[in-house]
This record gives sequence, C-alpha cells and structure tokens, in this order.
Amino acid sequence: MPRGSSDARLLIQSLSNAYAATPTNLKIIDLYVVFAVATALVQVAYMGLVGSFPFNSFLSGVLSCIGTAVLAVCLRIQVNKDNKEFKDLPPERAFADFILCNLVLHLVIMNFLG
Amino acid sequence: MAGRRPGPAVILLLLLAAALAPVSSAVRPVSDAHRSAAAELFVPSADGSFGDLESTYEAVRTFQILGLEKYKSLTGKACEFAAEKLASPSSSAAKDLFHAVRIRGALGCSVDTGVYDGVVARLKAVIKDTNSLLEFYYSVGGLLSIKEQGHKVVLSDAESTFHAIKALSQSDGRWRYDTNSAESSTFAAGIALEALAGIVSLADAEVDPSMIGVVKNDIVKLFDTIKSYDDGTFYFDEKHVDATEYKGPIMTSASVVRGVTSFAAVVSGKMNIPGEKILGLSKFFLGIGLPGSAKDCFNQIESLVFIPLILSLPSKVFSLTSKDQLKVEVTTVFGSPAPPLKVNLVQVLGSDSKVINSENKELQFDLDNNVHHLDIAPLKIDVGKYSLVFEISLQEPEHETVYATGGRNTENVFITGLIKVDKAEIGISDNDAGTMESVQKLDLLKDTKVALSANHLQKLRLSFQLTTPLGQTFKPHQVFLKLKHESKVEHLFVVPGSSRQFKIVLDFLGLVEKFYYLSGRYDLELAVGDAAMENSFLRALGHLELDLPEAPEKAPRPPAQAVDPFSKFGPKAEISHIFRAPEKRPPKELSLAFTGLTLLPFIGFLIGLVRLGVNLKNFPSLPGPAAFASLFHAGIGAVLLLYVLFWLKLDLFTTLKYLGFLGIFLVFVGHRALSYLSSASTKQKTA
Repeated sequence: MPRGSSDARLLIQSLSNAYAATPTNLKIIDLYVVFAVATALVQVAYMGLVGSFPFNSFLSGVLSCIGTAVLAVCLRIQVNKDNKEFKDLPPERAFADFILCNLVLHLVIMNFLG
Repeated sequence: MAGRRPGPAVILLLLLAAALAPVSSAVRPVSDAHRSAAAELFVPSADGSFGDLESTYEAVRTFQILGLEKYKSLTGKACEFAAEKLASPSSSAAKDLFHAVRIRGALGCSVDTGVYDGVVARLKAVIKDTNSLLEFYYSVGGLLSIKEQGHKVVLSDAESTFHAIKALSQSDGRWRYDTNSAESSTFAAGIALEALAGIVSLADAEVDPSMIGVVKNDIVKLFDTIKSYDDGTFYFDEKHVDATEYKGPIMTSASVVRGVTSFAAVVSGKMNIPGEKILGLSKFFLGIGLPGSAKDCFNQIESLVFIPLILSLPSKVFSLTSKDQLKVEVTTVFGSPAPPLKVNLVQVLGSDSKVINSENKELQFDLDNNVHHLDIAPLKIDVGKYSLVFEISLQEPEHETVYATGGRNTENVFITGLIKVDKAEIGISDNDAGTMESVQKLDLLKDTKVALSANHLQKLRLSFQLTTPLGQTFKPHQVFLKLKHESKVEHLFVVPGSSRQFKIVLDFLGLVEKFYYLSGRYDLELAVGDAAMENSFLRALGHLELDLPEAPEKAPRPPAQAVDPFSKFGPKAEISHIFRAPEKRPPKELSLAFTGLTLLPFIGFLIGLVRLGVNLKNFPSLPGPAAFASLFHAGIGAVLLLYVLFWLKLDLFTTLKYLGFLGIFLVFVGHRALSYLSSASTKQKTA
C-alpha cells in the first residue's frame, strides 16, 4: 500500500501546511485543548485499569479537563478573526469570559471532588 | 431457769397468768440465737468493762439469766470496776453506787464490810435530802442490794420516805420524776414501785397497810393505761411520746414489770391484775424476737423471767400411712426442759371447729427425748386439718407455784394418708340411655394406654372412687380431666364428685364448639391432688380419636398457643451489624504512577508553548498597568488556592464568602488589566 500511505502523508502534509498558517494565539489554545483532553484520557485509562471508585472523583477529574477544553474551544471560536460574527468582540473580553467560566466550573468541580 | 430468784411476786403473777390465761398461741421460746445475740450485743471494750457501770450491770445480769459462761470470766474485772467506785462513796453519785453494788451482788464479789458501811451512810444521806424519784430509786435500790448481800441495813425513817415517794404519784397511776416536774411518766411509775418495794423490805417496822393498799390501787390504775396489739400483746408506753424522758415501750414495759413484781413480792395479799395482761406483756417481750441493742436485750431478758411454759409441736404434719406419733414438746421460754408434767389431749376440732373427739387422752412421756407422744391411730381421725387442744398439768404441786402452764393450748395439725382409688372405668356410650359400648377398667395406680374413638354424637364417661384410710369418700381439692389435642389445644374439665363416686360425662355434641371442631387424637390425663393425699397423681389414661364435623364458616378459631415465655422475654438473637465492605483500592504505586502520568500532558503543553515561541512581550511595561496585570494573575492564583483549601478543609459557605471578596477584587483588576491590553491593541491597529 505505498500509494495509500503516500496519499495519507500528502493529506497530513497539506493539513499541517494549512495549519501552519494559523495565528500563534490560536495554536496556543489548540495546544491547551490537546493538553486538557490528554489529561482526561490519562484519567480514563486509570479508571479502566482500577475501576471507577471513587466515582465522583473520577467524574470531577475528567469533567474538569473536558469542561476546560470545551471552554477553550469556545474561546478559540471567539478569538478567531475569520469568524465574522464575533468580529466586534475584543479578544480580551473573550479571555475574561474564559477566565470567569473556568473559575465557576472549577468551583463546582472542587465541590464535587469530595 | 424461770425462777432464779422466784420470789413470791413471781409466783403470784404466774398464778394469775395461769388462772386467767386464754388459749395461748405458740410463741417462740428464747433460744441459742438469743444467747449468741446477747454475746454479740454486749461486747466489752479492751479494758474488760462495758463502758459505764450501768452497762456493765446489764451485761452481767443478762449473761447470768441466759446462763452464759461468759459472765464468769468477767467477774474479776467487773468486781474491780465496781470496787473502784465504792472505794470513795462520798464522791460518787447515788446512781453509780447503786449499779456498783448491784454488780457485786450479781457476781458475788467478796465484800469488804468497811466499804459498805460508807456506802450505806452515803445512800441514807441521799434519801434524807432528795426529793427526786431517781435519787430515791438509786439509793433505796443500793441499800436493798447491800442487804441482800448479807449486810444488816435498816431504814429507820421508812414511813416518811414511803410518803415522800408516794407524794410524786399521779391520779392515773403514773409518777412524776420530782416535785417540780409537771410531766408524769409510766417509766417513773415502774421505778417508783420498785423503790417502794425496797423501802418496805428495808423498813424496821411494818409499813402502814393502808398506804400499801393505796399503792395497790395505783397499780390497778396503771394497768388500765396499758396498750395492746390485736394479737393479745400488751405493753406499756408513755402517754406523751414526745416527753423529754421518753424511753420507748421496751424500757417502759420492763420498768413496770420490775416494779410491779418487786412490789408484789414484799406485800401480802393478792394483786388485782388481769392475767391476760400479764401474759400479753410476756408475749410482748417474746415478740421482740432478737433484740437490736444491748439495752433492749437486757430489758427483754430480765422481764422474761416471768414467762409461762410453752407447748410446741416439732412437726405439725402427721401421716396415717407411716403411723406417725403425735409429739409435743414442753419447754420454758428459755428453751430448757420443763419439770415433770402431764400433757392431755382434751379435744380434737375439725377444720370447721366441729368437735370430732373430746375424749381426754394422756400423752406418754419419753424421758430420753423429752417429748410427750401419743399414737394418732386410736384417735380415729381421718385425713385433713384439725385443731388439737392440749392441757398441761404439773405433777408436783410445789412446781405450780413456779411455772405457769398457760392454760389450754391449741395447735393446728395436718393429717395425711394414702387415698385408695378404685372402680375406675372409662368408656364411650352412644346415647342418653348410657349403654356403654366399650367399657374398660382402669388401674389408676399406673399410667394406662386405653385407645378410644368417638364421634360427635357419642359421649365419654369416666368414673372412679376415692376412699380415705377410714373408708370414707374423699374429696380432693383438685380433680381434673385434661384433653389435649395434637395441636396442643388443651381442655380441662372438673370431675364432679358425689357422695359415692367421681363421675364425668363428656357429651361431645355440646362440646364441638368448645373443641373448635378439631378432630383427631386427644390425649387423656387425669389429675387428682390434695394436700392431705399422699398419693396425689397425674395419670396419662391413653388417647381418644375424636371425629368431629367440619367447622362452619363462623366457627371460632382455636386460640393461639401460649408463647414460650423464654422465647418472648428471653434474650434476643444477637444483632450482627453489616458494614459496607471497603472498596478495593488499587495499589499505591499504580495511583502514584498515574498521578505522574497526568503531569505528562502538562509537560507536553509547556514544550509545545516553547516550540510555538510564546513570549511575554505583550505584558505591560508601564508600572501602573503592569501592577494591575500582576494583581490580576495573583488574583486568579488566589482563587485557585482558595479552591484547593475548599477541597482540603473549608466548607462551601466560608469559601463563597472569601470568593465574594476575591471575585470583586478580581473583576476590578481584571477589567483594568484587560481594558489596558484592549486599548493597547486598538492603538496598535490604528497606528
């Protein structure tokens, strides 16, 4: 399957080339999302290995990561200049929202952590 | 024993008691328990004395009356103790001299004539000067004791002393303690009588008989104030129990008994005192039982010297089967054997006070065992409860002046015997005509196993006869037939008895409802029991197969069987608490490893940031905005730190309180920092 693999390589290459054009601040957010999801995956793996007890701790750990990743995605949508509907929204305001939502999310997470 | 010093007084009183004694109930004689109680109550202190002279005298006298050897060992010390007091008569009170003299008299200590002369002089001086009853009592008593010990003591002015004491008497027979005292006392009356008796015996000439007559009259009045219990017990007590000199009924009664007996001893002529009161007083002293204090013990024992003989039965149950003998013991109240006497059974009364036998039978005396006995067989008495009436008569006439027989004695006895059971039959009959289909003879001397069967139209018949050893029909207290169903439902029937036989007919037609329509096997048991029946029995007769109709709708249900009380009130089964088993935890190393693993993405994130060339160039460089930006980041850090504390130890309310302050601060500095950044970027664009 040399052809197929070269196609895939081509596809990835074109994707990474296209991605390289993404602004740095969006890349940082992407990296943050990847980081959050990876942390969540580690916890899921741990749960798969030893069981879900204590379940609330597992849930809060995973949901903390997923939640913050979702919030980061939202931030990314608002910060992206290509999204015209958020053109009037300054990125600082979006970041303030992100911070506020994270603080509220983690208050709940901490309460749920047990 | 009863007459250690049986003066004429005792004789007189006892004669009175014997003459008028009602049928006396048995009173427990003074026993060894009393002796040991006395030995415990009178405990000498380390120096051998019993405290004061009075206690010593009481101890010595009690031991002497009870015949305890102990008092002899006390002789030396008690004599010395008394001698010390007597050595200096002028410095001692009349009371001490009185007790000291009495101790010497009781113990028979060697007497020094010179010492007694001093004492006599001192006591006579007291009598001359005093107007107090107690002083009179002590000094006269002391003189009397000295006289009894063999000294010649004569009271020259006996008449005037007698008058002085008599002047203290009250119209109701009581006495006052002295001329100034307003209170009259029964206790004082006893003391006064004893003192008067002493004066009469100490007097050099005959005391005026009219005065004696007046005092006798006082005694009769005094006995009018006697108090009584319902059981014929009499006792003396003060009229006003709150009086300052209150002594209690034992001391008061003892004082009167002593006074009256000693007075009766020295005067001639009969005292007009009802005998029942004298017996009642004796009962009172015996009824105390074991005394609680040394003083009570002394008073009880000294007053009991005047108690009649007691008749008692060692056993009150007699068996006709073993031909028991009727045994009667006669003792004095002190438990010692009575003098030779005859005991007659005068009457036998049935349980309903009907005279069964009034033949006079004399009981044989068994010298070895000291009991009087009589065969009960010739009495022709059947099983049951009887009252036996005994009469005691002394054989030697001179004893009649020492002992009192207490008149007639009634004792309740119980006669038991073997009851003959015969003509027992059981059977099932078909109809009222009573034609027995299957009549079986029963031997009720042992368990039998008859097997019967019946339906609800038939009847069960059971009959038997009970006869006493004398051939009469016996009616026991309990005659029951018990039917017990397999399901443990029981039915009890009283077997009615006629003059001839016991017979029960169970008509099952009328009993189906009572039997709860329970067909099946019933066990039959017959119980015959009576206290007088030596062979009371509970026999299993066999069983009955009963065929009853089906229960209708509304038939009563059999009652629930009584729950075994042990299972109802006994210990409950132990409650074992089940706790949730702790969840299985992973090994510690694995958890730590994954904790480290969660850090890996963060490290990757940092590396990614570095590779993206992230920098802090956009951080405000001006001091004002830089401060706000720093505060903004510090604020976020503070909130996160607060969250960690919330997780570790704070509760939600505390957390929210701090979060409120931090939030306001954060909004303020965040707004300043971000609006600066916003304006900076806008400027950049426009520029």
